[in-house]
Parts: sequence; structure tokens; C-alpha cells
Amino acid sequence: MQELIKIKGVRHAYQTDSGPLPVLDGLELSVPEGGFVAVVGPSGCGKSTLTRLVAGLMKPDAGEVWLHGEQVRGPRPTVGMAFQNPVLLEWRSILKNVLLPLEIVPTKLSRKQAEERARFLLALVGLEGFEDKRPSELSGGMRQRASLCRALIHQPDVLILDEPFGALDAFTREDLWMTMHQVKEREPFTGVLITHDLRESIFLADQVVVLSGRPARTQYVLDVPKAGPRTLDDLYTPQAADRLNILRHQIQIAQGRAPAEGGAS
Amino acid sequence: MTARAAFNSVAVPLLALVVFLAFWEWLVWFKGWPTFKMAAPSDLPPAYSRHWDLFLTMGWQTLWRTVAGLLLAVVFGTLLGMIMGFSRIMRDALYPLLVGFNAIPKATVVPIVALIFVGQHDFNTVLLAFMISFFPIAVSVSIGLSTLEPEYRDILRALGASQATIFWKIALPKTLPEFFGALKVAATLAFIGTNLMEIVSPHGRGLGALFDSGRTNSDFPLMFAVLIALAFLGIVLYYIVVALEKIFAGWAERSPG
Repeated sequence: MQELIKIKGVRHAYQTDSGPLPVLDGLELSVPEGGFVAVVGPSGCGKSTLTRLVAGLMKPDAGEVWLHGEQVRGPRPTVGMAFQNPVLLEWRSILKNVLLPLEIVPTKLSRKQAEERARFLLALVGLEGFEDKRPSELSGGMRQRASLCRALIHQPDVLILDEPFGALDAFTREDLWMTMHQVKEREPFTGVLITHDLRESIFLADQVVVLSGRPARTQYVLDVPKAGPRTLDDLYTPQAADRLNILRHQIQIAQGRAPAEGGAS
Repeated sequence: MTARAAFNSVAVPLLALVVFLAFWEWLVWFKGWPTFKMAAPSDLPPAYSRHWDLFLTMGWQTLWRTVAGLLLAVVFGTLLGMIMGFSRIMRDALYPLLVGFNAIPKATVVPIVALIFVGQHDFNTVLLAFMISFFPIAVSVSIGLSTLEPEYRDILRALGASQATIFWKIALPKTLPEFFGALKVAATLAFIGTNLMEIVSPHGRGLGALFDSGRTNSDFPLMFAVLIALAFLGIVLYYIVVALEKIFAGWAERSPG
């Protein structure tokens, strides 16, 4: 399989009043085409910086970011993004919000086709009948679903999700996890998911990357082999418990609360 | 809106007006004030009927010059707000100047302006209405733009959108509620500017000049009638701005409750 996203030895520091603040140092990450990688790590370890690098919104101080065999040097229309804040435009209907990227990215779709595609995506995430509503009329979970449709409308190669479910309540979040699986089945994408939720990471991703504390490097990689479609019951198996334990221990190491060697449960 | 709510939205302000006028009338009667101290509402209709043609022509002069100054303020204030909203350096450079300029009492500017542009009455009046009203617009636009959450920028920037596209599609519409909030303040301020020029440096035009002639002729009910006419014009312009806000930024309105 071709590596769609490849991050090699990336180093980055922010300039602050008290001198440079290194956030990433020695970050390695690769995602095969169609893969879905979750990135977990302590708060403030530079996970969001990682998404901005992949999206081409900023350049690393050192190291390389490759997408589709091309080095990323700036923003590219083949990327879709969704954040914790759904950032829907309040003055547009849900349908018009979803169509927004097509006003920027060159598209072969006619206006009618684009609208059909938007309606198809909205139906896929369970928002049929809400096309003409304003974002303020929707609940938090529904807005996040709409934001997901907007990220997918232009058929991006890469979907970057920066804690998209972080602000939702537990039940809504689980609903959206199931939705993600349904979406991925109908609209395959290569994804990078930033999250704080370890259950979310092993439920959605086929590989979980643990970043160390700041400055972040790749500390641990856990493969989550996919055996058939996942259900929420899969989270309550001994296997899942083992994975969660490994990840929790790795996070503790990253936070500096557990020694790096030995002591794994 | 239900019929009851519609009725309330008209009846409640009207009732408040009647109560206010009744209190005013009572106060003047109770204190036994002569008209040169304080005219009563009942003194106003005769003043209007005696000079109705003057009120029409001079009211129109005041109104168009105020609106012209306000439109200038909208254009200039928005441009200035954009410059300060997008550039940190320009914000740091211009804010102290703007605040300083705004702190200068505009009554002291009137003689200066009147001297610089001698005889240009219309221009002078429009200029003063503009000078007094562009400040809130510039500040609100600059704050609206500089506080735009970075994610809003990023969703378009990540797709390769230009700064101009981001401004047009996101920053501008998102700033509209703040802009209209400032425009409501600016609309009433512009009237103050127009009348400052008309009263301090009277040149026989506008309601301010009518006020001044009331003063020289000791026609006190006329002076009060002018003030009420100005208040009326201010209310009309304010509600025009409210109507525009409903059209262009109605999405920002939340139903109460």
C-alpha cells in the first residue's frame, strides 16, 4: 500500500516572549492510503500543530511532510478539516455550509450535482430534512455532523479531524463514532484523528500513535487490526481492555508520571 | 410574531410616549414654569403650525446632511476598521490617534472647520457629522475582524483560499452584527454633529439654525419644538438602521427565551 501521509523527523517551535517553545521534535508518522490513524498524547503536546502541518497551514522548522508523494509546502485543496468547534457559518443554511468548500476548490460538479452530493452526505450522517435549517437551530452533535459533511464534500484525499467529538456528551459521541464508520464505508478517506479519548482512538482508528510530552516525538504505535465491522460491544472485550491499558500506561509515561521502562500492566 | 406581540411592539412604546408627555406637562404645570424656563408639550403644536414650512425645509436639510455624513462615516470607518482589524501594526499605530481625535470636543472643531472651508456650509456640516460618527464604526469593524476565531480562517485557508475570499465569505458577514450595533450609535451621533455645526456656526440652514433663530427671537416653544423634531428624525433614522440590520444580519438574532 502506498503511504499517503508521511511525516519525517519533523521539528517545530513557536516563538514566544520567553524564547522559542519547542512543541514537536522528532515526529514520525505514516498513514497508508485508506488508513485511519489516531494521535493521542498529553494536553498541549503539539497535536494540533501536527494537523496544521499536514494541512499545509504552517511549515515545520525542520523535517518533511509528504502527501501523496509530494512535499507539502502550502495549503492544498485535497485536504478536508473538522475541528472541535464545528465553525459553521451562522448566516448560511446547513446545505450552503456544506457546499462552502466547493466555492473555493475547483470542481467538475455542476451546481445541481454538488447540491445532490451535499444532500447525499447529509443523509448519510443522519441530517436528512435539516438542509434548510440554520446552524443555530441544530444541537451540538448535529452541527458536528454537518461540519463533517463540509469536510468531505470536495472528496478530499485526507481528512483531518482535530478532536471533533471533544465537546460532545458521551452518548452523542458514541453515536458519532458509529456514523464515522458508516461514512468511511460509503466515502472512503485517509484520516488523521486527534483525540484525548483512548476508547475513541481504538474504536475508530486502525493505528494509534502516542506522542510524548512537549516537545512531542512519536513515543509508541499501537496497531488495532480490523476484523469485520466494529460495534460498540467491541469496546467491552478483554482485547479492548488490554489495548486501553497499554495506551493509558503510555500516556502516563508521556506525562512523566510513570517511568519509561518496565511497569507495564 | 403573534398578533399580540405585534400589538405590544407598537402599543408599548406609544404608551411610554404618552406617559412621558403627560409627566412633562404635569411637571411644568405643577412647578408653574414660564415658557422661557421650560415649555410644556401643549406649547408645541402652535409652534409647529406657525412654522410648519420651515420645519419641513430645514428638517430635510438637516436630514440629508446627516445621512450624507453617516454614509461617509460608514465607508471611511469600515476601511479604517479593516486596516486595523487585519494589521496588528496599524492597530497599534492608529488606536491612540483615533482615541485622541475622538476625545476632542467637536464643538471646538466647528470654528476651525468653518474657517478652513469658509462658506461651504453643506460641506462643513456633512464633514462634522462624519467626524463625530466614524469612530464607533471603525472600532467595531476592527474588533470584529481581529477577534475572528482562527478556525474560521483555517477552514478556507486550508483549501487555498485567498485573503480576499476569506474576508468576503467569512470575515465580512461575521462582522455585520457588530457593525450594525455601531451604526445605531453612529446614526444618532451624526445628528449631534450636524446640529453642532448648525447651532454653533449658524448659516440659516437646518433645524439647528431654526433653533438659533428661536433663541434670538426669544421664541422658547420654537426651541423646544426643534429639539422634539430632532428627536423624531433620530428615531426615524435609527429604525431605518434596525430594518437594514434585520435584512442583512437577521441571522444573528436569537428568539428570546
